[in-house]
Amino acid sequence: MKTKVLDADGLRRTVNRLSHELVEKNKGVQDVVLVGIRTRGEYLAHRVAKKMEEIENMKVQVGVLDITLYRDDLHGRLEQPQLKSSEILFDIRGKVVVLIDDVFFTGRTIRSALNALMDLGRPAMIQLLVLVDRGHRELPIKADFVGKNVPTSHGQEVKVEMTEEDEEDAVYLIENDEKEK
Amino acid sequence: MKLQSRHLLGLEGVRKEDITLILDTAVSFKEVLERPIKKVPPLQGKTIVNLFFESSTRTRISFELAERRLSADVVNFSSVGSSVSKGETLKDTARNIEAMKIDMVVIRHASSGAPHFLTRVVKSTVVNAGDGAHEHPTQALLDMMTLREKYGKLEGLRVCIVGDILHSRVARSNIYGLKTMGVEVSVCGPATMIPRNIEALGVRVYHRLEDVIPQVDALNVLRIQLERQKSGLFPSLREYHRFFGVTKEKVDRALKPITIMHPGPINRDVELSADLADGPHSVILEQVTNGEAVRMAVLYLLGTSN
Repeated sequence: MKTKVLDADGLRRTVNRLSHELVEKNKGVQDVVLVGIRTRGEYLAHRVAKKMEEIENMKVQVGVLDITLYRDDLHGRLEQPQLKSSEILFDIRGKVVVLIDDVFFTGRTIRSALNALMDLGRPAMIQLLVLVDRGHRELPIKADFVGKNVPTSHGQEVKVEMTEEDEEDAVYLIENDEKEK
Repeated sequence: MKLQSRHLLGLEGVRKEDITLILDTAVSFKEVLERPIKKVPPLQGKTIVNLFFESSTRTRISFELAERRLSADVVNFSSVGSSVSKGETLKDTARNIEAMKIDMVVIRHASSGAPHFLTRVVKSTVVNAGDGAHEHPTQALLDMMTLREKYGKLEGLRVCIVGDILHSRVARSNIYGLKTMGVEVSVCGPATMIPRNIEALGVRVYHRLEDVIPQVDALNVLRIQLERQKSGLFPSLREYHRFFGVTKEKVDRALKPITIMHPGPINRDVELSADLADGPHSVILEQVTNGEAVRMAVLYLLGTSN
């Protein structure tokens, strides 16, 4: 079963709100850079950057982070994830880095991303922006900006679709009985 | 995505999708090499032993750097001054080292098939860093990565390997790998240094550089082992240079620039003229950088697959 929890308009408004919140909290976009986690975090980062540029009329730099090498489940998987490159073509030292991902779940992806970022330099601050928080954290990590809280059970799956990769802009909650623990 | 084999012994029989996976992964590792901190954690806690039974500088350093940059623990072994000089067999050496709890072995050996033998006596993953006149798969992979980077794709390229094909593991691995990837491969060298029946591998044989140069995009120039002269395979270095030395004068006859590759170390002005080696169409140092990225890719893919 598939339930739409956010449609295209909802997603657009959420991105707009998050962009405003980011600008407000950081008092502008000076020294703020966005880093999206592959794949949908990257698209999200570009959309947020575009909106922030509209609001403040200043360029916002966007980078992409591939966390494959930092995963804690790299060994013992049946399928190896395809390694892609990180593309962060600016210096993150001294910057406010806003880490961006689509779904916030156990927190393990974010832990990997934090380690990966630290290996690139010492940012002044790292903030976390997520489109959907579905709960079930396994690590003590908290998001600074949340698009939508979606309470879920372990058996459910949250799927974010974005037109850069998918047919539409939407967030779905999917019942997945086989995954029930 | 996963490699078919848990070892890398050679490129003979390796699937096209596996070679593509290694090359794609290597491109990502090349980005890591551009970072201020050139170290990533995927092989943390893994121990790799470099067993070098033959002298080597760049391959050994390249492997060791690749291992360290993946956060593996590294132990180096070279046969000089070791238990091997006391008469220990390869099997015993390998088994004893494995008893010290290692995960991967990188081996360079003068005997063809030594890495294959190793897979039968130890449980670790084995990577061939050159065995006799058989294969040197990571060298061929880095050559392919360099060509792909330069031309955007491998399929349809025309590459000639020049020199002592008979004794060259670099040539063999290149022929297997390039053919799998759809490259048109030819070889050129003195008749005494071309293996009989090599056409069976699907390569064209030339005995005159002048004939092949207009037909290719790249020349992979092999190092001429100076000691081969003593065994009578060619009369003198001067004569070798005159007929098979790749010089500016010869490649200038081609209609378009030819990419110059060399696995190193170069005998300058013997198999390759110095002006070409340092010239604008030489990718020799790029090959060295890519070698590290390719070795990181191979070690990462094999080291995280089980």
